[in-house]
Amino acid sequence: MRYIPNTKDNIESMIKEIGLKSEADMFKNIPLLLEEKLNLPGPLSESALIKRMKNMSDLNAHVQEYASFLGGGTYHHFIPSIISHLTGRSEFYTAYTPYQPEISQGTLQAIFEYQTFMCGLMAMDVSNASMYDGASSAAEAVLMALRTTKKLKIIISETVNPEYRRVIKTYLTGHSAEVFEIPFDKQGKTDVNKLESIIDKNTACAVIQTPNFFGIIEDLSTCESIIHKNGALLVAVFSEPIAYGLLKPPGLFNADITAGEGQSLGLPPGFGGPYLGVLVSKSKFLRSMPGRIVGETTDKNGERAFVLTLSAREQHIRREKSTSNICTNEGLCALAAAIYLSSLGKQGIRKIARINYDKSEYTRNKLSTIPGVKLKFSSPTFNEFVIETKKNSIETVTELSLNKKILAGIPIGRFYKNLSNCLLITVTEMNTKEEIENLCNGLRELNE
Amino acid sequence: MNANSRQVLWKKEPYIFEQGSSGREGISLPEEDEDFSTQNNPPLPSHLLREPINDFPEVSEVEVVRHFTRLSQWNYGVDTGLYPLGSCTMKYNPKLNEEVAKLSGFSFAHPHQPEPLSQGALHLIYELESFLSEITGMDRVTLQPAAGAHGEFAGMLMIKAYFADKKDARIKVLIPDTAHGTNPASVSMCGFKAVPVKSNKDGIVDKDTVASLMDEDVAAIMLTNPNTLGIFELNITDIADIVHKKGGFVYCDGANLNALMGIVKLGDLGIDIAHINLHKTFSTPHGGGGPGSGPVAIKNILSDYLPVPIIEKREKRYFFNYDQPKSIGKVKSFYGNFLVCVKAYAYILTMGNSGLREASKTAVINANYIRTKLKNYYHIPHDVICMHEYVFTDKNQHEYNVNTLDIAKRLIDYGFHPPTIYFPLVVKQALMVEPTETESKETLDNFINAMICIADEAKNNPDLLKNAPLNAKITRVDEVTAARNPILKWKRD
Repeated sequence: MRYIPNTKDNIESMIKEIGLKSEADMFKNIPLLLEEKLNLPGPLSESALIKRMKNMSDLNAHVQEYASFLGGGTYHHFIPSIISHLTGRSEFYTAYTPYQPEISQGTLQAIFEYQTFMCGLMAMDVSNASMYDGASSAAEAVLMALRTTKKLKIIISETVNPEYRRVIKTYLTGHSAEVFEIPFDKQGKTDVNKLESIIDKNTACAVIQTPNFFGIIEDLSTCESIIHKNGALLVAVFSEPIAYGLLKPPGLFNADITAGEGQSLGLPPGFGGPYLGVLVSKSKFLRSMPGRIVGETTDKNGERAFVLTLSAREQHIRREKSTSNICTNEGLCALAAAIYLSSLGKQGIRKIARINYDKSEYTRNKLSTIPGVKLKFSSPTFNEFVIETKKNSIETVTELSLNKKILAGIPIGRFYKNLSNCLLITVTEMNTKEEIENLCNGLRELNE
Repeated sequence: MNANSRQVLWKKEPYIFEQGSSGREGISLPEEDEDFSTQNNPPLPSHLLREPINDFPEVSEVEVVRHFTRLSQWNYGVDTGLYPLGSCTMKYNPKLNEEVAKLSGFSFAHPHQPEPLSQGALHLIYELESFLSEITGMDRVTLQPAAGAHGEFAGMLMIKAYFADKKDARIKVLIPDTAHGTNPASVSMCGFKAVPVKSNKDGIVDKDTVASLMDEDVAAIMLTNPNTLGIFELNITDIADIVHKKGGFVYCDGANLNALMGIVKLGDLGIDIAHINLHKTFSTPHGGGGPGSGPVAIKNILSDYLPVPIIEKREKRYFFNYDQPKSIGKVKSFYGNFLVCVKAYAYILTMGNSGLREASKTAVINANYIRTKLKNYYHIPHDVICMHEYVFTDKNQHEYNVNTLDIAKRLIDYGFHPPTIYFPLVVKQALMVEPTETESKETLDNFINAMICIADEAKNNPDLLKNAPLNAKITRVDEVTAARNPILKWKRD
């Protein structure tokens, strides 16, 4: 086996040195030793394995081959070649969590820069070194709010990504907090009147996503004043961070904690993971923030150095009283985001956000003129929006994917009963004019 | 042997934010057709728009590549050398797995694309679940959790859901002092109370101790096997009987599964539920802190509570089933860290039954070899045949005023990553060594020689150890100031 260097001879001499007669002596005290072999395929040679994996991969559609208008929390953005080359440097990807700072300065400085990027993009004070994904990060943000306010009521807007809402509820299973969901209004925005009527002094936080699951830019400023007037925290959630290249980020609306998904920042869709949970907050909540945090300090010689810090919050020190159980995070994905944002830079992040907005607007306008297709909501959107079709939305998606190689959007009736014939359409810089024409033509034919 | 490592050409690298100059760009974005241009679209209201982010850099592609390449050279990875972090299983990460995970049908498949167009991915998930069931001797597996601790959380929530379903309000979970550090935190996140269980003088849990703590308020015992001392819990089947008789579950933290593949099955030992770390046992890289993957394997009794969706097969077609009314819900978006699962799947097929068994056996032999060769130099609190890792302490070096940290840091000068230190807490001043099966006898001998030299230096030149590392990019860091006056992001002067 090429991954196991020691030969039979090596092993025999080592066993002798250990002072045993045979390998079997090593395991003789263990109960219920297996008598039969594991029933597994293989071993496969490298070439046979590649063939098998290639065959499995070919059974999947993917956004490089199909014209994809899928988003809803996972976006198809351009990924520069340098990202896989740099994250593929094995000094980065074969290292562990940087417990030994002297030989982990590379990971540590990169994560420190990642934290700086996240604070800059969100206009917030402090960032941790990453969480698992947007959904679990949102859940941890809610737990943070419960810890700091010691109140027990949680309000979540129904325009928050349904996967995130499900994960938040799962995370609260062991907690006595109560969750209230507030509906959206005719414009597809969080119903602020409902927010105002439900919120009270016992509310720990309200969770608002912007751009929301329908792609709509929420009125965070109105929400913020209602939430803070009641002494609750504003937990702002996002799934499309590219939006903040152009749009005001949560920090500029006085959000207390911001949590969301960093997949757009240089990571492929990957059939759902690994992604990047982003968690940033005001500095006053730092000590109740979960996860690793990298800090700048000096070494004994006074040289600049980086180290995992504030570990008194963490599970290996505080055990059951820790802020979270998180240990392994998404370090390499955070590195990818840092490389991506370095490449985009100050101009690039604006430019790409603008292209997304422009192409999405163009598509939205085109689609709205098709008979049998209408825009569900009129509010301003960023790079995705909801349409309602005459034709059943699941059939629409099936027909366009099988016959025209178009991934036409997400049928959102599964998440919202009252939006049964609605599709969430996402347009990014990757969609060409021709793809957009094909989508329009496809929808025109189906709704004739 | 000499302390002969030497790190890096570049001692200093400015922050990326301090590099470049105005007008530089590092990316080539897709061309924009003029039909899309802004003037054709209604302008966004100005109160929604932000100003440019002044702190973002303006750097060329070359500068980005050099910056991160230089940073990478300050790191130490498995590809650099021996990385004997106990309980972390830092084995070789096969390059083949990285390649196959990049195939477009995996890397660029969208989680919302239609099921008929995702059959390859669903097949892989379905089959990996069955491989992991076979290896652990369990009935079902979910791949949804993103890491070991996330698996613990999902697993304990399933136990919670089971008892809630049975209207049995159990509140306690027994956790041995030799279990993993994340366990108590996971348990308390689920609203359970962690009850510590003391291990005996041999470093394992006594059945009588469990019997004395076990009552009908206990939902489960959560133990690690082999435990964090690297010792197999020999009483496990009796403990399982005791716990089962009072209606509780046996949860096994499977982070140390690398000792057991093809040797013994967790399910046969009376374990009802266990999480597995694909980034440990199944060779996927740790990525400098993640991503990982923490599947949970269960016996059928818990299958109603699995997170949704579950993947099923009917007439050669695979599909998602969300219709699980008793499910705990979801701990993560979608179906888990899928690309990590692709790598673990490739690993299992590459190894096959024979390779996995050889891996576990060799991991155990390698650990025992180091233990035997070093026991005259360093104190071993439990001197027994160990599994894939073992624990020693700095007790023999106390008279020279040298401690665990000094020993660990001096190893860096010899070109090795230090072991896990100060863990498990049940042993004072622990150093926990896990070599894994992917190290050759020569590497182990070099490590052993370095450790013997360090024992000698501790006696004759303790200052060397006190000041170690001497050859790394930096010396020891000021952690106190870092925590007292946190600087957590770059700021323009």
